[in-house]
Amino acid sequence: MTRLPVAPKPPLRRFHQARWDEPIVFELSTPGSRGVGVPGVDPAIDAAIGDEAALPAAIRRENPPALPELAQPQVLRHYVRLSQENLGADFNIDVGQGTCTMKYSPKVNEVLIRDPRLYDTHPCQDPADAQGTLEIVHRLERMLAEISGMDAVTVQPAAGSAAIWANVSMIRAYHASRGEGAQRDEIITTIFSHPSNAACAKTAGYKVITLYPDEHGYPDLAALKAALSDRTAALLITNPEDTGIYNPRIAEFVAAVHEVGGLACYDQANANGILGITRARDAGFDLCHFNLHKTFSTPHACGGPAAGACGVTEALEPFLPGPVVVRDDDGTYRLDADRPQSIGKVSPFYGVIPNIVRAYTWIMTMGAEGLREVAEIAALNNNYLAHQILQIPGASMGYPETDARIEQIRYTWQELTEQAGISTEQIGWRAADFGVHYWSSHHPFVIPEPFTLEPTESYSRGELDEYARIIAEVAREAREDPETVRTAPHRSTVHLTGHKDFDDPDRWAVTWRAYLRKYPGAGARP
Amino acid sequence: MSHPYIPNAVPAVKAAMLEAIGLSSTEELYRAIPAALRMDRPLDLPAPARSEAELLRHVRGILARNVSTQDTLSFLGGGTFPHHVPAVVDEVINRGEFLTAYAGEPYEDHGRFQALFEYCSQMAELLELDVVNVPVYDGFQAAATALRMTGRLTGRRRVVAVGAIGADMRSRIDDYIAGALHIDAIPTAPTGSIDLAAVRAAADGDTAAIYVETPDYHGVLHTEIAELAEIAHAAGAELVVSCDPISLGVVASPATLGADIVCGDIQSLGVHQWFGGGHGGYIAVRDDPRYIMELPSRLFGIAATTVPGEYGFGDVAYERTSFAVREEGKEWVGTAAALWGIAAAVYLSLMGPAGMSEVGDTILAHTRYAIKGLAGVPGLAVPSESAPHFREFVIDVSETGRNTTEWLAAGRSVGMEPGIALDNARLLVCVTEIHSKADIDRLIELFAAPPHPARHGSTATVAAEPVAAVATAAATTEGSAR
Repeated sequence: MTRLPVAPKPPLRRFHQARWDEPIVFELSTPGSRGVGVPGVDPAIDAAIGDEAALPAAIRRENPPALPELAQPQVLRHYVRLSQENLGADFNIDVGQGTCTMKYSPKVNEVLIRDPRLYDTHPCQDPADAQGTLEIVHRLERMLAEISGMDAVTVQPAAGSAAIWANVSMIRAYHASRGEGAQRDEIITTIFSHPSNAACAKTAGYKVITLYPDEHGYPDLAALKAALSDRTAALLITNPEDTGIYNPRIAEFVAAVHEVGGLACYDQANANGILGITRARDAGFDLCHFNLHKTFSTPHACGGPAAGACGVTEALEPFLPGPVVVRDDDGTYRLDADRPQSIGKVSPFYGVIPNIVRAYTWIMTMGAEGLREVAEIAALNNNYLAHQILQIPGASMGYPETDARIEQIRYTWQELTEQAGISTEQIGWRAADFGVHYWSSHHPFVIPEPFTLEPTESYSRGELDEYARIIAEVAREAREDPETVRTAPHRSTVHLTGHKDFDDPDRWAVTWRAYLRKYPGAGARP
Repeated sequence: MSHPYIPNAVPAVKAAMLEAIGLSSTEELYRAIPAALRMDRPLDLPAPARSEAELLRHVRGILARNVSTQDTLSFLGGGTFPHHVPAVVDEVINRGEFLTAYAGEPYEDHGRFQALFEYCSQMAELLELDVVNVPVYDGFQAAATALRMTGRLTGRRRVVAVGAIGADMRSRIDDYIAGALHIDAIPTAPTGSIDLAAVRAAADGDTAAIYVETPDYHGVLHTEIAELAEIAHAAGAELVVSCDPISLGVVASPATLGADIVCGDIQSLGVHQWFGGGHGGYIAVRDDPRYIMELPSRLFGIAATTVPGEYGFGDVAYERTSFAVREEGKEWVGTAAALWGIAAAVYLSLMGPAGMSEVGDTILAHTRYAIKGLAGVPGLAVPSESAPHFREFVIDVSETGRNTTEWLAAGRSVGMEPGIALDNARLLVCVTEIHSKADIDRLIELFAAPPHPARHGSTATVAAEPVAAVATAAATTEGSAR
């Protein structure tokens, strides 16, 4: 056999994350440096106003803000280095953040939005000069109405939880309009629905009832029926839930809620596995919401800006946040603010326009057939990845006997943890050394030592195999070399960080200013 | 062709994967969904673009119906402002490493934690407060949450609001605080000055907060912040001040004047206008656990790692959040506006203390020049002319023979957006550092020498509501909702 000049690649990448050992920007300051110029005051303006623009002493700033002073190349280098110390979905196999649908955000959408006819437009311009944006808002809302089956949609909410809030606020307004606002003071949700359902309901003044699953992992219909009464304002529920288990009796849940006069609200933040397969309206829901940054491909942007969409039936339509974009018979788009029952604004103006355009553009690259293929391949990828993961000793699914999973699965390391003493959190630390994202689950950990994988439609078979190999390797290390896992990460940007200061008011520091105050001498360079 | 975004749609790959898991078709993956709930037809959606070229043509065809503010002369503000966005800001936030990262775990997305820590840290210097949150959705949410915090802190149910507040902001706050708090607004005089005696009389034992914006919706910088703090504290209430951080190179931080919670929007710091869709909100407090434990948002702390000299980051006081304890947490936390926070971090690093002072001085000068010029036009009035303004001010056109709709039309006929119509009589005008003297002179010229002759004897149709009534009763909230 000929000896190859370059040996074949090993089965696992010899990854190392960027480690720039980058100082805090304040430590890079050189007094007198500037990163960008600012238009000064025109001498003719100065002459015309004299000292009339001078601020009264009562509100004049005494000392300039103690911001860092850097020249432009140094600012650029600093932040580009920080950017490299991230694992974007552009380059990692980002299947480890289940529930959040880390799919491909197409580059052509970025090309399209970097257009001054979007980013340099103002919402109070003549509507005649904003017809393009209004048309995209309107078209996207109609598309999402078809995808959900609902009668009306708004894309004003700034994110998924903001959309949940808007739905809860509409539920509140709906019952108030019928004279039942005070009576209906309870909202029911499930433990495998996103925590924001419970939290938004509580913020809106509702008593929250949380249902736990039955022994098969299904939401418990008997528990729901026991909780329902004439105090029920709504059920807020996800399906499939965070377990990836689809509740086949969902229409019965909705009917039971309707029977007591409550509303049924579908958290479809992640609808990636059921696009074109089944719709909120078909199960009888009154409201639903989508996250455009999950199912509809807009980038996660380190945690936003995001965008949310709420869909409602005709009965709830008067309560939508306003104004709404309407299309006149002559094809002109205008804003209708004459909506006396509207809950009002949930965001400034009309929502997160860059993401609204990206989502529109994404749907326009998929079409009906493409969306259905997204769902089917997302479900296929999930079940394929499960097949690999479940072969790893110590890994299993929550509720293993309930086998039909849609787009994601909540797994458990319970057996591995019992045998090797390594927690799911520690597995995640070590996974970072292989260049992939890994997450446990929302709290509480109903399924012990959980991890939640959602491969979406965006990853190749080879990438799914690679992810499974990484997880298998970390699990092997957990048994054979637990110290390596316990002291991870080793090849990431930084090493294991002490967390005890983060819960101690005397020691935590959430800004550099606080750090310097609490720890005199900090930041000094030799 | 299999879809370019769906690698495993390649028929042979799909078949092999199905075989690996013992299925014959993807249909079997949906065996849990009852037939009655299955769609029995394809979604009714427009035919998709089959190529990038087709897609670009389609979307750009729609965008061609927009006119950018680069191609018109815009004096529009009202919450979304035309400030300069440095090129380096866009370069950094459009990098895929930031743009496509998730909200992150500290060891996978360390750079994002550090960038947001630096955002909070630079905001903290502007605000002279030690604690700033990771951004919430927008300034509306920041104000609404700040007020809910005061309700929890004091156990009281009333907010006394002073100064001009935009109708949209007010709508958002009212929706958010309903059931927990209600607002009593003290009418503001047309001069913009706050009636401190009225505030003192209003601040009672059920007052959780006094709320004021500075600059307010009319661009007025309120000089009475210290007095409001004294009144609030004497009543056992908190002072919540919303302020635009771009003013803080020249304007005193409200915290130094006694504010307890400072909040606002960060769009001015390096985020484009985006048709009103580029907003993020900040909330800042002192390093006092009483306040910190009421914040719903994530807070990132700095700490040691196992390697000397290395900075690590993590979540501070996580147990207060809805991520940790669902409805037992403070309000909720979720994906919001992190990347705009990183934009603001880059912006502030580029500007530095001198840049922030200069931009503040330029805006103050431009605002005053525009006020002075417009107030000098016969028939135009700037009722709050004597008050300090930042970036915005209200002009009253009721003695010009035209109403605001007609003035908007006049401006648009010469490629200009002269302002936001608050009602038939008043326009809200915005000037920033990007406007030149020639731009402002064109605005003055519009009113001094209108493109079409003013109609005479039309004052009856001009003002739907008498100006005096606007000034005394209705001036506290108005706005841009169209």
